[in-house]
Amino acid sequence: MEVFFALTIGLLTAVGIYLMLRLRSFPVILGLTFLSYAVNLFIFTAGRLKTAAAPIVGTVETPTDPLPQALVLTAIVISFGMTAVIVMMALGSWLELGHDSTDPAPGTPEDRG
Amino acid sequence: MGNWIIAPVVLPAFLAALSLFTSRSTAARALSLGGTAALLAISIALLHAATEGPPQLYRLGDWPAPFGIVLVLDRLSALMLLLTSGLALIVLAQAIATGQDRRGRRFHALWLFQLMGLNGAFLTGDAFNLFVFFEVLLIASYGLMVHGGGGPRIRAGLQYIAVNLLGSTLFLFALATIYAVTGTLNMADLAVKLPALPEGDHALMRVAAVLLMLVFAVKGALVPLQFWLPGTYAAAPGVVAALFAVMTKLGAYAALRFSTLVFPPDLALTADLMAPLLLPAGLLTLAIGAIGTLGAQSLPRLAAHAAVMSMGTVFTAMAGFTTESTTAALYYMIHSTLAGAALFLTADLARDREAERVDTPSPRLPGTLAALFFAAAIATVGLPPLSGFPAKLMVLQAMPLWPVWTTVLGATFLALLALSRAGSTLFWKPQGTPATLPRTQTLAPTALLLALAALTVFAGPVTHWLATTAETLHDPAPYILANDLPGGA
Repeated sequence: MEVFFALTIGLLTAVGIYLMLRLRSFPVILGLTFLSYAVNLFIFTAGRLKTAAAPIVGTVETPTDPLPQALVLTAIVISFGMTAVIVMMALGSWLELGHDSTDPAPGTPEDRG
Repeated sequence: MGNWIIAPVVLPAFLAALSLFTSRSTAARALSLGGTAALLAISIALLHAATEGPPQLYRLGDWPAPFGIVLVLDRLSALMLLLTSGLALIVLAQAIATGQDRRGRRFHALWLFQLMGLNGAFLTGDAFNLFVFFEVLLIASYGLMVHGGGGPRIRAGLQYIAVNLLGSTLFLFALATIYAVTGTLNMADLAVKLPALPEGDHALMRVAAVLLMLVFAVKGALVPLQFWLPGTYAAAPGVVAALFAVMTKLGAYAALRFSTLVFPPDLALTADLMAPLLLPAGLLTLAIGAIGTLGAQSLPRLAAHAAVMSMGTVFTAMAGFTTESTTAALYYMIHSTLAGAALFLTADLARDREAERVDTPSPRLPGTLAALFFAAAIATVGLPPLSGFPAKLMVLQAMPLWPVWTTVLGATFLALLALSRAGSTLFWKPQGTPATLPRTQTLAPTALLLALAALTVFAGPVTHWLATTAETLHDPAPYILANDLPGGA
């Protein structure tokens, strides 16, 4: 299970980083989403992988660590909110500028610094 | 004072929520102005409390550390609170005087949420809580950054958000690794547990330490992670960029806190990671910022590159890890926050009068504005008589190394050239009748410059206070004791 988990996290991170390096904002946002999935799974493994163990003391013989589960919930909520913000911003940028590129158009005052 | 420690977090949160319910902008103005002034009063009281006694603890929900979240008030966090609320009050007055708060919606609610996040991040004693407060201040800063709208601003905002989301992801990776290795995220508890870490976990912990410092480097615009700053700060509204001057310092604060408390220089685990990496990075930041000021074609962008430079100086001084160098870093941090904000405010006043770019002819600007720019430029470069001069002198004295001296002095020279060139093209050359400048709009930059003058006049007592603060940072035992960890340290 450990190997499978590690491979999954690694694959998600790789996909996320590849997409982040694109020049258009839509793939960049998708990449950020993939990265946040990867990190959520990663936080989950910080409490060690354990099957059939509830994070509540007293219900099972050896409960799993509840803290990473609390952390991952917080992280999920935050990354969800942040994704919503960046999607709105990308939409705003597309509507205002008429294109989806992350770079300033060559030759504009912005481009010249 | 015990329960007042939470006030800098709760008060702005409450007022921000309240200001969402007011439809009249005068009421929102009153709320945020009153709230920021109250924050200033509370920070002064907290600073007094932190000066008088040992670090103090506030347990959220009365859950004990290390699993409960704690806020810790020590001299450094009290200083940062005071710096934030003082700067925020002055800059908010400018936002109201120039009417920038009415160019978009919900400026004041975002402003208060930003202050809540900053204050929380300066106070927290828990690494995961630090992440949460980072996110609070970031989400407010996204709103503030694009306040007033416009295509270029929104695109710069998009890049800013993308960089910071990546930073947040790295932060989470670092925190999860730290928790997996040590089983705690309380900063004081980490400081206790790290020296006894088993040999096999060292490599993982070193990776986590570097990841964490990378996150703070993104926040603090340290080379090679400074690329987001110039575009963001130049595109943001001037008053927002002025407040962001303290947000960048949060990166330096967090790096300083972690590199003295959790990864102190005498910890064998990370001894070869902190100072040897921070020093060259700081010097490179300084150099690249200075070259950036020379290349900048507009005044806001010039101010943004000067902000990068100031972060370079702060990180360079911090990398000394002696009481003297930390004192110098803290003094320079106060100075550069105020000076950077003054430069952003004057650049913004010029931008409002259609004088922004140095490569296109601009209308003539009023003499008062020229005088303000001149003083702000002197402060930024670090010429006498303002506090930039003693600040840089202290950095040089604390770090008697030739790379530091050549870089600091060379960068200062380049910035001097860039600011003189921008000043003479924008303020000297243009002909015609000068634009008007209402007196109310000059009050805030004047207040910042007066604060800098006071920082120079009272440099003696301030440095003395900062030296004691630096000593407490390098001897974190009372900070750890204040956390009241089980097993009693």
